[in-house]
Amino acid sequence: MSSTFEIVAGVIAETSEIPLEKITPEVHAIDDLGIDSLDFLDIVFALDKKFGIKIPLEAWTEDVNQGRAKVEDYFVLKNLCARIDELVAAKNA
Amino acid sequence: MRLEYFEMIDSVEEFDAERGHIRAIARVPMASPVFEGHFPTHPILPGVLLLETMNHASGYLLLGLHRLTKLPLFTGVKKGKFRKFVTPGMVLEASADLIHDGSGFGVTKAMITLDGQRIADAEITLSLVDFPTPELAAEIRRRAELIGLAATASA
Repeated sequence: MSSTFEIVAGVIAETSEIPLEKITPEVHAIDDLGIDSLDFLDIVFALDKKFGIKIPLEAWTEDVNQGRAKVEDYFVLKNLCARIDELVAAKNA
Repeated sequence: MRLEYFEMIDSVEEFDAERGHIRAIARVPMASPVFEGHFPTHPILPGVLLLETMNHASGYLLLGLHRLTKLPLFTGVKKGKFRKFVTPGMVLEASADLIHDGSGFGVTKAMITLDGQRIADAEITLSLVDFPTPELAAEIRRRAELIGLAATASA
């Protein structure tokens, strides 16, 4: 069974045409991989479908804008995967 | 359709929030400057305007689902196909089904048919943003009311 990171990396590679070897848990989706907001919508669409969740992009944006969270909390891939795991766990609870 | 004003939808015939579905009518005008160039002596509605029509149907669907509180903006298209020529005077049916309700965006499967025959289809992504001005929000509401969406969406 694939890990959350493997699935996320696969989706990013396929959606944004970024070589899989460049996608590591430590990279920042925007700063390091250069993913823009439109590509990110496609990525979130694919991740929502794969995990059966609704990634709360609007709430995350609000958290960042209000200073309750840092961009890194959501866009560094290991953190993104942790958030996805939380959403999946909440869905299955 | 008022092609020069990008008013592609004439009336909303069906809006079903539960199913995430909209069906609308788009009447291709008999004359338009668009047809003078596309093409001289041989008028055909450009595929890009069919795409815009599917985008508008999708946008009105999301507007209705969000009770006219968010502005849908066209951000992506996949699998766009234009299967038959559309000429002046045709009465098209434009429909859209929500296939993904994302956070701050929606994805639809949109289609244009003529007498039940598929003319064009596409998967369309729209971002949902706050209205940049109250005037635009009012104008969109006015337009939605004019085509019959406001009553069904707020019911």
